Order: sequence, then C-alpha cells, then structure tokens
Amino acid sequence: MSSSPSVPRLQLSGISKRYPGCLANDRIDLSIAPGEIHALLGENGAGKSTLMKIIYGVTQPDSGEIRWQGEPLKMRDPAMARSLGVGMVFQHFSLFETLSVAENIALAMGAAAGTPKQLEPKIREVSQRYGMALEPGRLVHSLSIGERQRVEIVRCLMQDIKLLILDEPTSVLTPQEADELFVTLRRLAAEGCSILFISHKLGEVRALCQSATVLRGGKVSGHCIPAECSDLQLARLMVGDAEGLESSYPKAGGGLPRLRVDDLSWHNADPFGCTLSQIRLEVRSGEIVGIAGVAGNGQDELLALLSGETRLPRSERERISLDTQPIADLYPDARRKLGLAFVPAERLGHGAVPDMSLSDNALLTAFQQGLLSKGLIQRGKVRALADEIIQRFAVKTPDADAPARSLSGGNLQKFILGREILQNPKLLVAAHPTWGVDVGAAAAIHRALIALRDAGAAILVISEDLDELFQISDRIGALCSGKLSPLAATAETEAVEVGRWMAGEFAPLPPITSPLAAAAASLS
Amino acid sequence: MDLDLLSNIFYAMVRTGTPLLLVALGELICEKSGVLNLGQEGMMLFGAVIGFIVALSTGNLWLGVLLAMSAGMLLSMLFAAVALGFNANQVATGLALTIFGVGLSTFVGAAWVGKPLAGFEPIAIPLLSEIPLIGRMLFAQDILVYLSFALFGLVAWVLLKSRIGLIIQAVGENPDAASAMGLPVLRVRTLAVLFGGAMAGLAGGYLSLAYTPMWAENMTAGRGWIALALVVFASWRVFRVLLGAYLFGLASIIHLVAQGIGLSIPSNLLAMLPYVATILVLVLLSRDAIKTRLFAPVSLGKPWQPGH
Repeated sequence: MSSSPSVPRLQLSGISKRYPGCLANDRIDLSIAPGEIHALLGENGAGKSTLMKIIYGVTQPDSGEIRWQGEPLKMRDPAMARSLGVGMVFQHFSLFETLSVAENIALAMGAAAGTPKQLEPKIREVSQRYGMALEPGRLVHSLSIGERQRVEIVRCLMQDIKLLILDEPTSVLTPQEADELFVTLRRLAAEGCSILFISHKLGEVRALCQSATVLRGGKVSGHCIPAECSDLQLARLMVGDAEGLESSYPKAGGGLPRLRVDDLSWHNADPFGCTLSQIRLEVRSGEIVGIAGVAGNGQDELLALLSGETRLPRSERERISLDTQPIADLYPDARRKLGLAFVPAERLGHGAVPDMSLSDNALLTAFQQGLLSKGLIQRGKVRALADEIIQRFAVKTPDADAPARSLSGGNLQKFILGREILQNPKLLVAAHPTWGVDVGAAAAIHRALIALRDAGAAILVISEDLDELFQISDRIGALCSGKLSPLAATAETEAVEVGRWMAGEFAPLPPITSPLAAAAASLS
Repeated sequence: MDLDLLSNIFYAMVRTGTPLLLVALGELICEKSGVLNLGQEGMMLFGAVIGFIVALSTGNLWLGVLLAMSAGMLLSMLFAAVALGFNANQVATGLALTIFGVGLSTFVGAAWVGKPLAGFEPIAIPLLSEIPLIGRMLFAQDILVYLSFALFGLVAWVLLKSRIGLIIQAVGENPDAASAMGLPVLRVRTLAVLFGGAMAGLAGGYLSLAYTPMWAENMTAGRGWIALALVVFASWRVFRVLLGAYLFGLASIIHLVAQGIGLSIPSNLLAMLPYVATILVLVLLSRDAIKTRLFAPVSLGKPWQPGH
C-alpha cells in the first residue's frame, strides 16, 4: 500500500491563516517524506500550533494547498485526518482520568473497533512492540505523566498510522523518559511512519530529527538539517537576532541561610493530589536554588505552603522560617511584610487579575510598600510604581492603564516579576518563571533574577525546564512524589543525575545540620 | 417479630422506595453526563397529575403511564433548551423548573383532587410469591415495580458495561476532551436530560396510578429532592442508589410500624427518620475519597459550549 518514496507523504504549499488581528500562518511550505522525522521549530506564537491544527483538520486554512501522498485534498475534520492515518499527541492530554487505559482507547477508536476487553490484547501487543509498557486495565488517574503520554501514543498506533504529530512531547518527561520516547519514535520511523516533532528544545531536535522547518512570526524562516547546524544558528532562525541570549551566568556561593524548610510534611486531602513528606531545604542570601521535577509531583503544594495560601497550624509554624522567624502559620500578607515575594505559575488569574489595569495589579501585592495612606490608596504613587516597572523591565504595553489580559505571556510575566523585584524582597519564590515565554523575554527574566541574586536576595525557582535551571541556579534538586532530592551545586552535577532524581532515584535525606546546630554540637 | 410482619415490611419497603428509585436512576444518568437538573420535583408532580387525568378520563392506566413519562420529558426538554441550548446556569434553571412544575400541576389538577381511581393491582407470581420473607417483596408487586426492577438492571448495565455508559462518563468528566475526540457532547447531555425527565414522569405516575391512586397537590412530598441528595450521597454509584432508595422506603415503613406499636416517640420526630437515616448511611458509605472521586462527574453543573 505504501507509495513510492519520492512522493512526499505530506506536502503543504502556501498555507496562510489569518485570525482577527494577526496573520498566524503566512504562506508556509512544508514537506515530509515517508519515514522521515521532521522537526517544526519555533517560539511560542510563531504559528506552530495553528499549522498543526490545519494539518489535523481542526481549523481550515484561508489559502494554500495540502497534498497527502501526492493527492490534493481538504482536511475537513480530525475524524478525516484519523481515517487517513494521521495521529496527534497533544501537549495537554485528552484522557479521561476515571476510565481505564483500554476504555480511553476504545472511546477514541469508535464502536466498530470493539469493546475495551476485546482491545486489550492488541493494546498489549502494540505497547510491547514499541517498548512502551502499559497495563490496559489500569485507571488513568493512577498513571504518571510519562505513562499517560504512552497511552496517547499507543492510541494513535492502534490504527494504521502514516503520520504522527507530537506537540512538545518531552516537556513533561524526565531526560531518561525522553530518551525512551526517542527509541520508540525511531523504530516507528524505520517502519515507514512519518513523524512531525514540534519542539523548541534544540538539543533534542538535533539528536532526533533528520530535517527541520523553522517558523518565526508566522513565516518559514528557514529549512535546515539540524545535525549540521549549531545551537546559535538554529536560535537565530527562531528568534531573528540572537543577541543577549547568553547561555551562562557566573555561579554564586551564597551567604547566610534565608529560607529554611525543616522536615515539612503535609497531607493532601485531595486523593488525586500530591502529599509532601519531609521536605528539607535551605536557601541562602545571594543564591538561586532550583527545584526540578515533572508537573504534579508536589510543586503546587510546596508553592502554596511557601506563599501562605496553605498554612500550617501554629504548633508547626517552625517548619518554614524566614531569617530564623517561623512563618509557616502566617497569612500571605504577613509573610510579604517580612520580605517574601512570590511569582505564581499561573499568570492570569493568580499572578495578575486579567481585567484589572497594570497599575491596579501593581497595587495588589505592593500595597504594603507605602502605597496607602490611612487606608486610602495613593493613586499617584501606584501609577509611578507601575510606570517604573514598565520602564525598568521593558514591558511592551501602551501604558499602565492597559488591562493585564491584553499583554502577551512574556510581557505580563516581566511585569509581575518586576512588581515583585521592586519590592526589594529578601526571598523570592518563582514558579515556572519563563513557561510559555519567548526566548528574548526569557533572557530578560533570567538577567533580572541574576541581578536580584547579586543584590543579596535569596531566590527559589521551581521549574520543569531543566535547561533553564542549569542556566540560572546555583544549587539544584528535584521533587518526585512529594519528596525532595538532595541539593547539589549546579556546577558539579549533570542533567542525567537530576533526571534520576526527577524519577525518584535518590536516598532519603540525611539529618540536616544547620550552622547553629553544628556549632551547638561542637560546643557540647 | 413474626415472619409475616417482616414479610410485610419488606413488601412495603420496596413499594415505598420505588418512586425514589425511578427518579434517582434518571437523575443519575443526567448527572453522570455532567448536567445537574434540580427540576426533579416539578417534573414528578407534572407527570403525576397528567398520568392521573389521562388514566381517569380514558380508563386506560397504561396510557396514563405513557403520558406521565411524556409530561416529565416535556418539562425536561424545556430545561435542556434553556440550560444546554442557551447555556444558562443549571442550578437556577432547575430551581425555576421545579417551581414551575409545582404550580403547573396544581393548576392543571385543581378539578381532579380527591377523585377515586382504580390503580394498578399487585400481580402475585405463582409459587415464587410464596417464598417466605422475600416472596411478597419481589414477586407480589404491581407491574410498575417490576418495571422499576428492569429499569434498574438496564441503567446498571448501561453505566457499568456498555459503550454508551463510557461515552456518558467521558462527557461528564471532560467535555472538552470528549468533544475533541468527536463525541457529540451536547447531544449526549440532551438525551441524558430527557431520560431523566421521562424517569421523573414515570415516578410521578407510579405515585398517582399505583402507590396511592389519586391526585393531591404536592403529593410527591419532597421525593424529588431526596432523590437528588440520594444520587450525590450514593457517590454516583448505581447499586448505592438502589440501596439508598430502599433504605428510605424501609425507614418510612418503620415509622408507621412504630406508631402502630404505640412507641412513645413524637410522630414528627419519627417522620424525620427516613430522611436522616438514608443520608446518614450513605454519608458513612462515601467516606472513601478516592472511590468517590472516581465515580463523580467532574464537570457536573458547569455550562459547556462547543468551539474552543
């Protein structure tokens, strides 16, 4: 049934798609041969997801032609794409947590494919053939993120697949899991399946893909063979000008301990949530500590406990302390008064109120910094603060009256981070500071964090982006199933080791010895 | 206690629990698909009055049952149009539907209050109904009770074994993902709401055609509300809905029996017993948080529209 290798499996020519206010895809050409692993590179907002949706039939292009195995056609809807043999693994999984693996797959395949029970042998066979262990009877909620991704992939492989599209598949995996995924993808490609691999991680693309199409601002900025390009060349294609994208900062040693988390355990009442056990952590002034980990391993819970959104009873208030003062029982505003600043993971709705202006959003966390007088808001001062943030952190916005929702992710993040930094915090806790942010803004955010560190603040960064953590943090550890690995100096460890920690391969922590306790011990 | 009394208690327990079981099964399907319809009481009453009027004026009980179901379905169609079609708030729409149904049934049935009707008679199945203790309970009931057994079996099979059940559960858990998969979310939800309406109508019809063959204002006496609580406290599990419905029936009977024996407890307190006992038992059963979470429809009550 396979067509001759000279005919591309999928060929796009001159694909354009306009949304109100932006040209998402501008005359895009793309060609994928049978058995080829092709990378689609680009920053957020470069038009990758629009193009992907067009290929999968979710949206229709305004102009341009799609050829499938040489034949021009109109991709009407995802059902048609699936029937042609196009499979898609989304970044956010579309799985049902309360159903079993087999039931999830049966739902997607239609009634004709058989009942979940009848599908089980085939699921086992496919998952074994491609080295993705899966137990069909297990409920999805009990699976790890990596296993859920396998369900999505196996679901695509259950039918006769000719083109598999993966949207940022490694963003949720440990480095080891990513390597396993690559083995599977290479085997698939060797059998003649074409793969479109969407990513912004250059190292991965170079290791896996035979060719790449780079998008920038909705246009193709270049086709290339990743193995023959340097990171800088690829980054230039993605960003345009690669200036300021320095990839290393000097590491710092840090001074006295600022934040101490001492044997923090917290039971999560949500059965699908994560319970923290015996977290021990110390962040010194003038250092950045990075916490890696795959989402859902206790990051949200730890962040809420640090920010004060979750509080411990008074009897356990010593579990978290800032400059030796116990704070685990304090409300967020009391903690902020003591010098804690917090940048949450979710920008709209948690870090900023979408419908409120930037200056009102500035007031929200900075109101204790002399912006109130006898309980009344000093509008002039608020405005001056907002303007200062916008100017110092190069936030692109018409003015401080623009609602937060009108800003792009990167700009809003710069604003939120700027708001926190200008309050001169002793301790900054930042979650996923550059998630979904373009390369230029990410570099600006990293520089701001480093400057804050060099000014003597203690910084804790929780992120899923291992590259980012290695770039900016001085010490690094990882969360897995609510447990924290030992922390190591970033300069003396490697991604592989942190990857093992992310997978839970670390010994329980030895008892912590603070300088004070050590001094006391030596005296006695 | 002698066997005869026990046998009678069991018999009455099933009879009393049946209307509750019917509404609760309908609401269970409806909630599993992610729609919270608080209009059960209104749909039941409307079903009861229409069924009674039709049966009395045509002399055909089965036609009464049929139109009772249609009446419940008609009101649920109204709910579906407003809450699903126009994406209105489900809680407000359901409450409005109950108020509307209560008023409408009173208005329609004003001339029919207190008229006598020969309702469905018990049909004793030979031999089987002679089994001691449970014979009368299971095999000497009227035909609508037998129908409720069959409907329970059907709903249990659909939810636990069939593809339709998978689809209902998927739509109730994550309508976005279900829609991305090509499942017709709104159509599934509409059909679930209509099924719930038909079951509420049937439950109303059972009250006015078999349980107490007559029409009285507000004759459902809050059973629609109890059914709603039953579904939630049964953690959306079909066997627990059955258990809860019959438990409610049993507690109702015990209060009558206790009065008959002449216990010196105020009858008002005893009348509360069914409500308290049912909810207490189901709350105790639903302590396993993981199991509850597994059966709960996550998107319950949240408006959803296709297209993003």
